Amino acid sequence: MLEMNLKPSDFEPISLDQREGEAITRPHISYWQDVWMRFKKNRLALTGLTVLAILTFMAIIGPIISPWDYRECDYNHINEFISARHWFGTDYLGRDMFTRLWFGTRISIFIGITAALLDLCIGVVWGGISGYFGGLVDDIMMRIVDILYGIPYLLVVILLLVVMEPGLWTIILAMSLTGWTGMARLVRGQILQLKEMEYVLAARSVGASPRRIIARHLVPNTMGVVLVSLTMSIPGAIFGEAFLSFIGLGVPMPLASLGTLANEGYQVLLVYPHNVIIPALTIILLILSFNFVGDGLRDALDPRLRQ
Amino acid sequence: MTAEVTLEVKNLTKYFRVGRRKILKAVDNVSFSLERGHVLGVVGESGCGKTTLGRTIARLYEPTSGSIIFEGRDVTNAQESELLWFRRKLQMIFQDPYASLDPRMTVGEIIGEPMDVHHIASGKERLERIRYLLELVGLDPEHANRFPHEFSGGQRQRIGIARALAVDPEFIIADEPISSLDVSIQAQVVNLLTNLQEERGLTFMFIAHDLSMVRHISHRVAVMYLGKIVEIAPSEEIYKEPLNPYTQALMSANPIPDPKVESERSRIVLPGEVPSPINPPPGCRFASRCVRAMERCRKEDPELREVSPGHWVSCFLYG
Amino acid sequence: MEAVHDNRGEQTRDLIQAKKRQDLASSRSTLLSIEDLQVSFHTYAGEVHAVRGVSYSVERGGSLAVVGESGCGKTVTAQAVMRLTPIPPGEIKGGKIFFNGKDILSLSEREMQSVRGKEIGMIFQDPMTGLNPTMTVGNQIVEALIKHQRLSRRAAWEKAVEMLNMVEIPNPAVRATQYPHQFSGGMRQRAMIAMALACEPLLLIADEPTTSLDVTIQAQILDLLKELQEKLGMTIILITHNLGVVARLAKDIVVMYAGKVVEKGSSAQVFYNAMHPYTRALLKSVPRLDRPTRTRLESIPGTPPDLFVPPRGCAFAPRCRHTMRICVEHDADPIETEPGHRVSCWLWHKDNPHPPKSDHTNGGFDL
Repeated sequence: MLEMNLKPSDFEPISLDQREGEAITRPHISYWQDVWMRFKKNRLALTGLTVLAILTFMAIIGPIISPWDYRECDYNHINEFISARHWFGTDYLGRDMFTRLWFGTRISIFIGITAALLDLCIGVVWGGISGYFGGLVDDIMMRIVDILYGIPYLLVVILLLVVMEPGLWTIILAMSLTGWTGMARLVRGQILQLKEMEYVLAARSVGASPRRIIARHLVPNTMGVVLVSLTMSIPGAIFGEAFLSFIGLGVPMPLASLGTLANEGYQVLLVYPHNVIIPALTIILLILSFNFVGDGLRDALDPRLRQ
Repeated sequence: MTAEVTLEVKNLTKYFRVGRRKILKAVDNVSFSLERGHVLGVVGESGCGKTTLGRTIARLYEPTSGSIIFEGRDVTNAQESELLWFRRKLQMIFQDPYASLDPRMTVGEIIGEPMDVHHIASGKERLERIRYLLELVGLDPEHANRFPHEFSGGQRQRIGIARALAVDPEFIIADEPISSLDVSIQAQVVNLLTNLQEERGLTFMFIAHDLSMVRHISHRVAVMYLGKIVEIAPSEEIYKEPLNPYTQALMSANPIPDPKVESERSRIVLPGEVPSPINPPPGCRFASRCVRAMERCRKEDPELREVSPGHWVSCFLYG
Repeated sequence: MEAVHDNRGEQTRDLIQAKKRQDLASSRSTLLSIEDLQVSFHTYAGEVHAVRGVSYSVERGGSLAVVGESGCGKTVTAQAVMRLTPIPPGEIKGGKIFFNGKDILSLSEREMQSVRGKEIGMIFQDPMTGLNPTMTVGNQIVEALIKHQRLSRRAAWEKAVEMLNMVEIPNPAVRATQYPHQFSGGMRQRAMIAMALACEPLLLIADEPTTSLDVTIQAQILDLLKELQEKLGMTIILITHNLGVVARLAKDIVVMYAGKVVEKGSSAQVFYNAMHPYTRALLKSVPRLDRPTRTRLESIPGTPPDLFVPPRGCAFAPRCRHTMRICVEHDADPIETEPGHRVSCWLWHKDNPHPPKSDHTNGGFDL
């Protein structure tokens, strides 16, 4: 740059396309593409997602590719260690642990997701109504939430199990009965905040109806936070189920969940440790992965980190 | 008055309840009228109630008392179809170009929403209109399927303007439309607004804290202090002959980008700060900071009076 | 205003004398000089070249305004002077900063701590970011005084109250025992100025000191800064986008655009004889109270460039009305057009066969 040979032609005026100033130099990315780009940067979250995919995949095809049924007892091979015949060994009744593990994972994930989704549905509707209408409606609805929140959930589960048949749906119901309160509070808080946003005022000022505002503006904008909360509450539900199973209130025999497997294995812990280690590891992996994914999502969706 | 009055605001009041016994008098007994095709600037410091005034007129807040008469119809308590009619005639432009556009909607959806609400256009016609509006505010029509976060602040504000124009309104309330933009971008947006206003004969209420900008774009300027209008005057006059001591102080506090002029100007520096609008004391609201306050100012509240044609002031020094 | 001066009497006079002694010792010389500073930020989307070779200097007792729009690098430069650049994601990629004979960028963090607060004071746009919400205002000033000036707690407290009095906070003895949230916006800004000045720094950096304040409060703060400057001979760097504030306070001006200095000169040179098309357009794009209303403002089309990919040539070329072929190819080096007035624009290059003509009706050149 120091000594350049400058020709008069270098100083000829040129006209620039006015549009160029208005051009958007960054590539077109949609909201979710942007979220995915951020999510990808988080190695832990990506690992979590991969592990989760593998676990889910195995939960689906594990019991299918295994030659054994989850209830089938191989009486000649009781409490067997890992072998070619039984890939993860067998339990005290000679049932194939590989099949039971993946079957249990399937049940655990199912319970986790269903319970969390149920929480979500009730919570979003409850919190949404409470937050949007405010005033007395809000007061009454939130006091109900407070009361439900105050009841110890173990008590609810035990009471419910007294009146209902023990089973998959009983557990899901028991957990959701009090579990949705957190989501309802979250959604209400979000709606209260969004209600004051200028784009909601803008929608009101053009004459949009409350229904339109809720459906087109408020709900879509809470989805990010709700999604994060959902991924964070799934491991909670899985862990809750495992805990109930472990204290003997879980899915009834011969059904298996990761909790019941750990419970059964725990009784022979000193002799056949693999029977407890494998399901316990799976629970840990599952819960950690969900938490990592949730953390990653939260960071990716955080509006403060945007732009 | 010869020109047709588009908007008439009479004794408009908006109180907010804060806590048990406290009442925030955001807008207190404000009256003015605005002629068709004119621009009224509303200026004041934070907490003076200018934003609340705009939103109350736009019926985003329910007025506590007073009336809003728009094109001869009383819309103070309008509901349903009448409110919808009003909402179509009056549009708003908001301050924060980052918060006033729904981040989950594309620009096309944002501009299209008012058309959907008022069933103005659909299908191909709607798309055409969105493209036309984008072009009108100087944006590339091809960007209709992009999201707000892909645009810069000035571009976003233009999207907000396009949305306001989508239903062909007659009256626009612009609430601090440029205060969050950079200097070089402010001029773009102000020029765009002025052009649109002139070409389409729009009536404008331009709310801002920047007196020089407000004065630049308005035909008349209203100065607010703690929920009240203290002075309204034609914009040329308000600089040359500000009457209310508050207007005078505001005028002299506003720096002029010219070092010579700045060093020669005499300046009135107001002592203290704006008191809280919660439970204000009786009398003139400005009395506590006014250098010319008299005994009477602390007891009685001055009325807005016309002291010369088109020049209204509320101060006991004049009449 | 007169009454206020009187009751602040003695301590102000003391301070003035201290300052005068300082000034005599070191006459008029350069206090701070920044040379070819480059700062980048690493974000997930890539490297943002926030400051791309900035040089400017301030003389003792001078007042320099750094003017530019958001994202032009004016604040990033000031942060680098205070060594407050967050690293990572920030990185100082090159350049030198000399302050009072010290090479700032090579100081240890420990040495830097004695520079910050003691030798350079800084006030921020948002006073809440500069004040600790859990400490009383008085204690915050006392802390700095004890650390930098080794005063006893009692003496420091008295000094703190004095400082609050100096920045015209009414009831300083009571106010010192209050927390920042009990102060109003303007009071907080005053408290922050008091804190920044407590240790009698050589340089005060004010980063958008009045942007978040109302006009009438802005006027109070500007008056205060102007007084400090005139009476104490304080060196001030004022970072702002508000040209009116600049006109009121600054003696010298640096105009920045897209991470570079495009023009620098005295206040009169920049205001009345602006040579860079950007400066010129900026001056014409703000409405003035003393001009007729409803005229067209000069607007600059487009938006500033994205500094992820800094342009090859002049960063302003895509928005400029006078773009020439060379402008998009190479960036211009600073050219001194008159003593003390430097501009980075090809229009003024000696080889330009059609230099802009002088246009006195316009108070400058026909740009």
